Amino acid sequence: MFDNVWLIPLFPLIGFLINGLFGKKIKNEAVIGGIGTLMIFLSFLVSCGILMQMIGLPPEQRVFEKVIFPWIHSGHFKADMAFLLDPLSCVMIMVVTGVGSLIHLYSIGYMHGEEGFYRFFAYLNLFCMSMLLLVLGSNMLVMFIGWEGVGLCSYLLIGYYFHKKSAGDAAKKAFVMNRVGDFGFLIGLFTLYWWFGSNHNIWTINFTEIKAASHLLPYGGVVTVATLCFFVGATGKSAQLPLFTWLPDAMEGPTPVSALIHAATMVTAGVYMIGRMSFVFIKSPETMMVVAVIGAATAIFAATIGTAQNDIKRVLAYSTVSQLGFMFLAMGVGAFSAGIFHLMTHAFFKACLFLGSGSVIHAMHHALHKIHAHDDAQDMRNMGGLKGAMPITFITFLVSTIAIAGIPGFSGFFSKDEILWQAFSNPYHGGLNVVLWGIGAIAACFTAFYMFRLVFMTFYGECRINPKAKSYLHESPLVITIPLMVLGALAVVGGYLGMPKILGMLPNYFEHWLEPVFELATEYSTKYAHQGAHPSHALEWGLMGLSVVIALVGITIAFTMYVQNKELPGKFVAAFPALHRAVFNKWYVDELYDYLFVNPCKALGQFLWKGFDVLIVDGIVNGVANVVMGFSGIFRYMQSGYIYNYAFSMALGVVVMLGYFIFK
Amino acid sequence: MENLNSYLIVSAILFSIGTIGVLTRKNAIVIFMCIELMLNAVNLTFVALSRHLGNLDGQVFVFFIMTVAAAEAAVGLALIIAFFNNKESINVDDVNLMKW
Repeated sequence: MFDNVWLIPLFPLIGFLINGLFGKKIKNEAVIGGIGTLMIFLSFLVSCGILMQMIGLPPEQRVFEKVIFPWIHSGHFKADMAFLLDPLSCVMIMVVTGVGSLIHLYSIGYMHGEEGFYRFFAYLNLFCMSMLLLVLGSNMLVMFIGWEGVGLCSYLLIGYYFHKKSAGDAAKKAFVMNRVGDFGFLIGLFTLYWWFGSNHNIWTINFTEIKAASHLLPYGGVVTVATLCFFVGATGKSAQLPLFTWLPDAMEGPTPVSALIHAATMVTAGVYMIGRMSFVFIKSPETMMVVAVIGAATAIFAATIGTAQNDIKRVLAYSTVSQLGFMFLAMGVGAFSAGIFHLMTHAFFKACLFLGSGSVIHAMHHALHKIHAHDDAQDMRNMGGLKGAMPITFITFLVSTIAIAGIPGFSGFFSKDEILWQAFSNPYHGGLNVVLWGIGAIAACFTAFYMFRLVFMTFYGECRINPKAKSYLHESPLVITIPLMVLGALAVVGGYLGMPKILGMLPNYFEHWLEPVFELATEYSTKYAHQGAHPSHALEWGLMGLSVVIALVGITIAFTMYVQNKELPGKFVAAFPALHRAVFNKWYVDELYDYLFVNPCKALGQFLWKGFDVLIVDGIVNGVANVVMGFSGIFRYMQSGYIYNYAFSMALGVVVMLGYFIFK
Repeated sequence: MENLNSYLIVSAILFSIGTIGVLTRKNAIVIFMCIELMLNAVNLTFVALSRHLGNLDGQVFVFFIMTVAAAEAAVGLALIIAFFNNKESINVDDVNLMKW
C-alpha cells in the first residue's frame, strides 16, 4: 500500500481538472459535488490503507520514500518529485483527507444554488492536492510547491465572492502576508542548503538526508539564522504575531473554506514544518525560545480580541489564531508530539465549530431572505435561542465548545493540558517556563470565556432575530448535519488517543506513534537541557486541576454575563470604554500596519508612477523625439526646392572630390 | 603632340562655359545644350590625349560618351515635355513645388 502513496495527491488533482475544465458544462450540482467529494474520499481510503499497513510494521520500519520521477538534476542541486511516508506524515494525511472529505460533503449542501458551484469544488480539490503535496513532500522543494499552492488556493477561495470588494481586498491581504512569510522560508532553505554544501560538501534539500547529516550542524549560529527564517515562513502561513491580521479578514470566504483552510489544514502547515524539521530547530535554543514566546503571545493577544467581537466567524477566527499560538508554544518548548496532537484535536473541534456556525448562518440567511430583510446573518446580536430550532447543530456545537474550553473527558482537554504541562516543566527555558505557562493558562481562561459567550449568545436566551423571520428558522439538511455529527464525535473521542500517562487509563498512543520521528530531536536537546530534578507527579496533578478550574472560571463568567445578568456586558463596556474600544478594534494592529507598511508602499507606488514613469521614462522617450524634431527643423532648409541650388551643390561636390585627389 | 596644351585648354574653357551655363540659365533647353557642351568638351580631351599617348582607348571611350549623351538628351527632352504639359512653361524657376 505504501507504493500507492502517489495516488493520494493525484485524486484531488483529477477532481480539480474535471471540475475546472468541464464544470461549467456539467450543470448538475450533485455530479460536480459528488466528483469533488469522491476524489478526496478515495485519497482518504488510500491513507487509511497506509495507516493500517504502518501500524502493522515495527517502529523502525515505518519510514518509506517513494520517488515519483526524478525532476531537477543540475550540478550539485538534486530535487526529485518524491514523497516521504512516516508516522508524522501519516497523521497529517489522515487529518487532511478525513476532515477534507467531510467538508466537501458539507459544501454540497452549503453552496447549493451558488453560481460558481463548480469553481468552488475545483479550487477546493486543488487546495487539497497542494496540502497533500506539502505534507507528503520528501524534500523542501516539493513542500514549498505545496506551501505556495495552498497560499494560492487560499487567495482564490477567500476571493470566491469576487463581486464584493471586501472579499477581493481580504484575498489580496492574505496572499501578500503569506508571501512575506514565503520569502523567509526560501531564505531559510537557501541558508541551510548553502551551509551544508559549502562546509561539508553535502548538497541536499531532502529531509532524510538532512536528518542523517544533522549531527554536523552546530548549536546556534547559522542554525539560528536558518530556523528563524523558516519560522518567519511559519508565522505568515499559520497567522502568528506579527503576520496574523489576514486570518480574521479571510472570513470573507465561504464558511467551508474557513473550516478547511483556516482552521484544519493550511494554517497548520507551519506547525507541521517545524515538526518535520524538529532536528534542525532543536539545535537552536534561541529560535526555540522565540517560537515559544511568540506562540504564547499570539495565544493571549488573539484571545483578548476574540472576547469583544460580534461576528460569529470573527470570534472563531481569533480563536484559531489563539489555538495556533498554543501549538507553536508546544513546538517551542520541545513538545513536538503534543503540538501535533493539538493540531489534530483542533482540526476536529474547530472544523466542527466552523461548520456549525455555517449551519447557523445558513439558517439565519435563509430566514432573513424569506422576509426580505437585510440584517447581518452573521452578527450574534441578531441571534439567540436557536437551540430549539436547530438541535443537531446546537449539540455538536456545544460538544466542540466544551472540547475547546478544555473540560476533562473531551479531546481539547488532553491536548491543551499536555501543552501547558510541557510549557511548565520543559528543561529548556529555565525561569521563563512559569511565565509561558501563566500566559497559556490565562489564554485558556479567555478561550473558555469567549467560546461559551458565543454559545450563550447564539443558542440560549430569547431569539433576537427579526420576529417575522423566526418561523422560517429550521435545522439544516442531512448533508450538512452528518459532517457535524462525525466531527462532533471525533471532538469527544479523538483525545483518547493521547491520554497523558499520569492518568493511567490508556497508554499515550499518539506520543508513542510519533516517538521515532522526534527522537533525534530529543537526543540533540540533551546537550543543553537543564538537568534539573524530574518534575513530580503531584505537580502534574496540581497543574491539571488548575487548568480545569481556570476553564470553569471562564465558563462561569460567561454564564453570569450572558445568561443570568444580561446587563453586565453593557456595564462593563461603560466602565472601561477605552479598553473595550481598543479590544474591539483589534488593538489597532491593522491601522498600525497601514501606517507602517501599506501607506508607504502606496506612496512609493504613486511616486514610481507619477514621478518616475511619467516624468523620467516618458520624458526620455518624448525628449528623444523632440530632439529629432529640432534637428530636422534645421536640416529641412537644405531641401530648398530651388533647382539652381541643387545644380550648384552637384558642381561643388565634383570640385571637392577632384581637389582631394589632386592635392592628396 | 607638341601643342597638346592648346587642346586641353580649349577643352577646359568649353567645360567651364558649359558649367556656368547649367548654373545660370533659365531655359531648360538651353541648360541641356550646355550639358551637351560639357560632354563634348570631355570628348575633345579624350581624343587629344589619345592622339598624344598613341593609344586608341580614348577614342573608343568617346563613342560611349556620345551614346550616353544621346540617350540622356532623349530622356531629358521627354522630362521637359512632361513638365511643359503641367506648367505651360519651361522656365526652371517654375519647378518649385518642393520649395519650403
